[in-house]
Amino acid sequence: MLRTVAVCSWFLALSLAARAQGGMFDKPAGARSPGTHQGALAFVGARLLPVSGAPIDDGVLLVRDGRIAAIGPRATTPIPAGTPTRAVAGKVIIPGLVDTHSHVGGGWGADGSAPIQGETRQLDALDARDEGFQRAQAGGITTINVMSGSGHLMSGQTLYVKNRDANTVEQLCYRWPDGTPMGGMKMANGTNSQRDPPFPGTRGKSAALVREHFVKALEYQRKLDAAGADAAKRPDRDLAMEAMLEVLSGQRIVQHHTHRHDDVLTVLRLQKEFGFRVVLHHVSEAAKVADEIAASGVASSLIMIDAPGGKIEAADYDARGALELVSRGALVAIHTDDWITDSRLFLRAGALAIRNGLGEDAALAALTLHGARMLDLQDRVGSLEVGKDADFVLLSGAPFSVWTQVLETWSGGEQVFDREKPADRLYAVGGWGAGRPRSQAVCCMLGEEHGATPRAQEDR
Amino acid sequence: MKSLRHLTFAAGTLALFGLPAGALPAGALPPWAQDLAVRAERLHTSAGAPIQDGVVLVRGGKIVAVGPAGTVQIPAGLRVLRAAVATPGLVDAHTVVGLTGYLNQPTDQDQLDRSAPMQPELRALDAYNARERLVEWVRGFGVTTLHTGHGPGALIAGQTMVVKTRGETVEEAVLVPRAALACTLGPTTHPGGDKSPGTTGKELALLRDKLLKAKAYRDKRAAGGDKAPERDLGLETLADALDGKLPLMITAQRHVDIANALRLRAEFGFTLWLDGAAEAYTMIEPLKQAAVPVIVHPAMQRPEGEAENLSMENAGLLRAAGLTIALQTGFEAYVPKTRVLLYEAAVHARYGLGAEAALAACTIDAARLLGLGQRLGSLEVGKDGDLALYDGDPFEYTTHCVATVIDGVVVFEGRR
Repeated sequence: MLRTVAVCSWFLALSLAARAQGGMFDKPAGARSPGTHQGALAFVGARLLPVSGAPIDDGVLLVRDGRIAAIGPRATTPIPAGTPTRAVAGKVIIPGLVDTHSHVGGGWGADGSAPIQGETRQLDALDARDEGFQRAQAGGITTINVMSGSGHLMSGQTLYVKNRDANTVEQLCYRWPDGTPMGGMKMANGTNSQRDPPFPGTRGKSAALVREHFVKALEYQRKLDAAGADAAKRPDRDLAMEAMLEVLSGQRIVQHHTHRHDDVLTVLRLQKEFGFRVVLHHVSEAAKVADEIAASGVASSLIMIDAPGGKIEAADYDARGALELVSRGALVAIHTDDWITDSRLFLRAGALAIRNGLGEDAALAALTLHGARMLDLQDRVGSLEVGKDADFVLLSGAPFSVWTQVLETWSGGEQVFDREKPADRLYAVGGWGAGRPRSQAVCCMLGEEHGATPRAQEDR
Repeated sequence: MKSLRHLTFAAGTLALFGLPAGALPAGALPPWAQDLAVRAERLHTSAGAPIQDGVVLVRGGKIVAVGPAGTVQIPAGLRVLRAAVATPGLVDAHTVVGLTGYLNQPTDQDQLDRSAPMQPELRALDAYNARERLVEWVRGFGVTTLHTGHGPGALIAGQTMVVKTRGETVEEAVLVPRAALACTLGPTTHPGGDKSPGTTGKELALLRDKLLKAKAYRDKRAAGGDKAPERDLGLETLADALDGKLPLMITAQRHVDIANALRLRAEFGFTLWLDGAAEAYTMIEPLKQAAVPVIVHPAMQRPEGEAENLSMENAGLLRAAGLTIALQTGFEAYVPKTRVLLYEAAVHARYGLGAEAALAACTIDAARLLGLGQRLGSLEVGKDGDLALYDGDPFEYTTHCVATVIDGVVVFEGRR
């Protein structure tokens, strides 16, 4: 508790320091705005889709100090005198998109030595300058759960990322109140994690190894509890077990790759046995076990792909899973699994769910607020609500039309994508140099002086 | 229907195999062909302006009338399919579907044999699974014709063919048994280790050597006599390419590989279809000078590896420069196991190509490139009764394909 308070006041100090550094509009000429998030700005006239409430036509979205300060119809939402405004009539504004499952940044946690490696952290593996983050910004994605792959039963701690132009991974982290980076625990079952020993060769063995690991964690917990305040009696520190304690306490949500109907039920069975919080990921055969998933109360984050197959466990992929789950009251998000699908076209994934029966509102929620709930970030992002982070996307039209484009993406009150800027446009459509990270000379040399680092520290 | 299938097998086998590419005997109808009318609120013909409330009349599998509803008499009792929008059946200018299977196991991946870098003797005809689920899948998105066969990844991977997405055997499906020779340039052709090719220079040295051998083989065979070489299936195939009877479809993504393809063609004079061509937008002048058609990579192909500079605007840029283009779904190694031509065309359309040109590039332009422009690709009298029907703007993400028609036969009906 003491530690939390101390860290919080440290953050507060930094954040005040950041705020003293200048406003949103005084960035040096020609420089990208890396961390300037100060002052207020009003977007006027757009159709606002808050997700948390009904659409607002001819709306006002007022942003101040990186947060949403006001939202409502123009007629009833006063804009403080002197506030700079952007006229955006005819455009549509939606919350910044939340991608619950992505591999941008190219980070690998676990290696090939063992099937369970919960001690590895995405934090130590991710490349914050990867061009994938730029492409995700071009797709309107402002929050990302970056994970290791699914080739392990447990491939390590994931990282919840605020998508902005960053120099270091620390600048990207969402943080728990104690200041440690937020993330989940990536797990998988089915075929990807079955390999030669020491990896499991069957589904039964996979589940047995996972159960064993959870039992071991319970034992570790019991020893800790028994030791109480007596440091001498405590078991030695064990990184894998410490991560498991966060899983058992519910702080660290298990983000679980699973495709086939029986694999899904195995996850639910283990969840019931050990009580951890879990989100099902991909869930190709969700439609087959929609009743069971809905009854369990477990959330699902689905992938939308263009054709079935590609591997045995996705052979019966059924895009109607989203509809089947939502119609039973289950919580559903959609993810990119980038590079499986393209972050630049994340809205298209929602459209494919609509093509397969899901309602437009449910599809937008699946790309925003519902994903935020699966990352414990629903109080901070996922909808356009006063007090939430100013994460939003300016669209040229209705969200799910092929003819609509992301015009601008704002993350924490910073504009991180502007289709009008050639450097941003390159990442949006591709072209010469799009496969390389953005120029560090442009993005980051000025970053330290202009708030990038302090802004990130402010993210608690 | 069952008896029709048997009939089809016999007729297909006997009739098609002895014929040059793409030809049925004049006046002959495929035995499965049927009569049908399609009426669409908006009819895109790929042969002129869209027709409001248009009708296409198909008899014996061929289009016999196209026009506004008021001008086309639909015979009493004829089945009429209705839809918001109809287009010609889509023509995928390059895929590997049917050779590659959806399970992605070694046993259903027949698009590439890696035992040797150059195997022109491999025929697509011997490897196509007409009942493959991916064929059924793309058929449900309005695709009626596939240019499919051996895939990218080897200097000469093997032959391709053109099929319709119908039939339960390759004999029922095939239109052109041997359409092109699939070649690849670039790092994906390097098997690794000490095996050749291991460099870009070696790729071209191997290809030039092989083509020179084919030239010598052809000339010695033509001269006849005791010194005539024994038949060699691979060299025989390459000799046909040198004689202009068989195009080389060369997959090349990087500008250096595109330049190499053009140089090889200049030296040997074969017909070249450039495939993939991620960096073609940087090579527009040389491509124009060579007048080479480009089968442009899928719009949503991942921008990585040798395609890291891929632009979703490539197709639009090339077409605006006056180049002939066609659209494709290419090859996918993992998930999704195939791309969908309708989806790719939509993204090309959005990113600079425009709806009209995108539709042309996956119908009539693709058909012309494949040498089938007289038979397929547009809704015109005399052409095959191949159509795709939709419940809205075909390229809109949320529109469904509601029916697919091949030779007047409804081969898909639903809401995909």
